[in-house]
Amino acid sequence: MFDDLNDLYQQVILDHSRSPRNFRELEGANCTAQGHNPLCGDNVTLYLIMEGDTIREISFQGSGCAISKASASILTESLKGRSKQEAEALFARVHDMVTTGKGGSEMGKLAVFAGVYKFPARVKCAILPWHAVLSAIEGRSEPVSTES
Amino acid sequence: MSEAHAGPEKTNPPAVGSEALRRDFPILDQIVNRNPLIYLDNAATTQKPRVVIDALRNYYERDNANVHRGVHELSNRSSAAYERGRERAARFIHAKRSSEVIFTRGTTESINLVAQAWGTAHVKQGDTILLTDMEHHSNIVPWQLLAERVGARMAYLPVADDRGLLDLNQLDQKLTSDVRVFAFTHVSNSLGTVNPAREFCRRARARGITTVVDAAQSIGHGPIDVQELDCDFLAFSGHKMCGPTGIGGLYGRHELLEATPPYQGGGDMIATVGFEKSTWNQLPHKFEAGTPNIAGVVGLHAAMDYLDAIGRSNIARYDHELGAHAYEELSRLKGIRLFGPHIGRAGLVSFLLNDVHAHDLVTVADQRGIALRGGHHCNQPLMNKLGVVSTARASFYFYNTHQEIERLIEVLREIQKFFDR
Ligand SMILES: Cc1ncc(COP(=O)(O)O)c(C=O)c1O
Repeated sequence: MFDDLNDLYQQVILDHSRSPRNFRELEGANCTAQGHNPLCGDNVTLYLIMEGDTIREISFQGSGCAISKASASILTESLKGRSKQEAEALFARVHDMVTTGKGGSEMGKLAVFAGVYKFPARVKCAILPWHAVLSAIEGRSEPVSTES
Repeated sequence: MSEAHAGPEKTNPPAVGSEALRRDFPILDQIVNRNPLIYLDNAATTQKPRVVIDALRNYYERDNANVHRGVHELSNRSSAAYERGRERAARFIHAKRSSEVIFTRGTTESINLVAQAWGTAHVKQGDTILLTDMEHHSNIVPWQLLAERVGARMAYLPVADDRGLLDLNQLDQKLTSDVRVFAFTHVSNSLGTVNPAREFCRRARARGITTVVDAAQSIGHGPIDVQELDCDFLAFSGHKMCGPTGIGGLYGRHELLEATPPYQGGGDMIATVGFEKSTWNQLPHKFEAGTPNIAGVVGLHAAMDYLDAIGRSNIARYDHELGAHAYEELSRLKGIRLFGPHIGRAGLVSFLLNDVHAHDLVTVADQRGIALRGGHHCNQPLMNKLGVVSTARASFYFYNTHQEIERLIEVLREIQKFFDR
């Protein structure tokens, strides 16, 4: 019934938004970051346990739309065990995909966000948790905002 | 002389909600995302009738020049049109004199003008600035800046219950002797509450407290009479009443404006300028530094004429009718959470549907051609108090129809199904 919408709100996205994975505060986190979307007041907090340059554990909490919640949820699954450099590279590819719709075929689970590019106002929802996690592992303590 | 303002059209204005009236608004006739546009974001900004668009074009095609500075014909025309706009605005809100109307960029700038110019001169350390729980950020932040600068305290009249009414019983307690100013919104942009502005002003006046009415959501939706309200200041935006963006006004009682130092410095607001000191121009020019938004005033004038031709009581009645209709239909939906008063509401409804986030709801509605707003509506403190991050909002104007509301309900049912996969 809603063609583009079915691309945007794929079943996987709805599932993750309803039952987000790694949705909790992380005990022993040595790295946290906040993302804020001033447009809607949504907030996401990411908790990480870093061992050197490796993300040993990762979780998140917060409120948000289906897109941002699913994005944070799938992000935690995708980044666990990855190095800082790998996370940075993945961020760049996710960013490309949600703004152009291209490159989804090599993105595994993250490919469900390829439909976001048709909804420019929602790109920031998908990308917010990524901005937050990057600022966390790069050691910036300022909360990130979708408006920056 | 330009004919741009031949005056209000007297012959058979179209009826509110009619097809003929909708044809006055060129923008309404379009397809958005493969569906006929249903524009329900009027609390954010309203659409413009052709007469307003034509007035802007006429002005730029025939009369454009700077005001109050030239002696040539075009400058005379522009100056006259600008001051005619002021007289029109004064009549529109029933001010005693046209010099009580200051043109600004809109509500936000008007409130900043009061807070900075009047506030800095009259609000002192230890004084209290009283607002309400349901203010727009533009009626909070300018006061917080003032409070910080002069060492004043902020206080808020609370929302009484989940119906979104302010607690009148607490008003007298809140209007203590240290309160210097009481600033409140006439109509809430997020709840649809219509506040008893006259009663607020009466009680404040009895205690010598200055009142500031945020009329952003009421100015275009019914009759406004500043003398009957008996307020000291009243702020409004042209774009929320069929006028252009970038123009609005501040009404101020003559004595108060006289006792207020200038807001910004520049051309037009001075009488004489010396290297050490300058003297101020008379009202209202003291508050209008620099080249004003002349075209905006011309467009606003046309908008006021248009609203009066339709009839502001007609608009008010129809607005309430649409608001009540939407509220009733929405309340029948399973899983709906409605915000704001049950009865006596303005023409807008704020709601949440099941656990669908407002942003997701608004995105899907947009794919059906329906323009809604989702977010905190610049009312973050209020949203916190209601325990939500955001709501979806449908806000109506006199060109919306009952059929559009039926269609909204249909789409909301579809949205429920869509997210319940
Ligand atoms: C109640 C209220 N006050 C103030 C404003 C600010 O108006 P403007 O942005 O035109 O200055 C708005 C606009 O959304 C409003 O709804």
